[in-house]
Amino acid sequence: MAAPDTLETLLRTSFPDASELAVEDRTGGGDHFQVTISSGRFDGLSLVEQHRLVYDALREPLGNGSIHELRIKTRGRT
Amino acid sequence: MSELRDQIKEIIENEPVSLFMKGTPQFVMCGNSERALRALREAGAPVTAVDVLPDPQIRQELSALSGWPTIPQVFIKGELVGGADILEELAASGELQAKLDTALGPDRETVERTAAVA
Repeated sequence: MAAPDTLETLLRTSFPDASELAVEDRTGGGDHFQVTISSGRFDGLSLVEQHRLVYDALREPLGNGSIHELRIKTRGRT
Repeated sequence: MSELRDQIKEIIENEPVSLFMKGTPQFVMCGNSERALRALREAGAPVTAVDVLPDPQIRQELSALSGWPTIPQVFIKGELVGGADILEELAASGELQAKLDTALGPDRETVERTAAVA
């Protein structure tokens, strides 16, 4: 189980420029999350590369099994 | 490199479209695998499905190869295209179909088959 706040803190550290950054606990159970991020870091990257940046930011909770499902929506600035 | 990893690598590199999923196309065990499969079907993709559930090692070796932590994972001619979210996005924008047209031609056969590793 992970707290949405914990994920948001990790994402804010990785995407300090984010104009939009939201973490939604989809089921209330603390293990199914939807994250939405708009950041200049995504500019010019493929969707696979964009999602890799998100996975990198959340490596710890992904690695210790506290996230069962992660839905990702990314947007660049341009 | 383990034998299992070699088998996974061979499927990724040799199958036109491979889908590593939970369950099979006939009996899908996870909503996200279902979303990816639906996107592929809508775009007219042939699908070689590999069920990762029979052995946790499959998922471990797959993620070690692809550097992608979650299931499902879709590859077109060896290239990681993404998981369920990306597949849905690409299907909705028409990019998935365009990618398939480029990689496999517009007259491709859309057969679905299941491959086993272990």
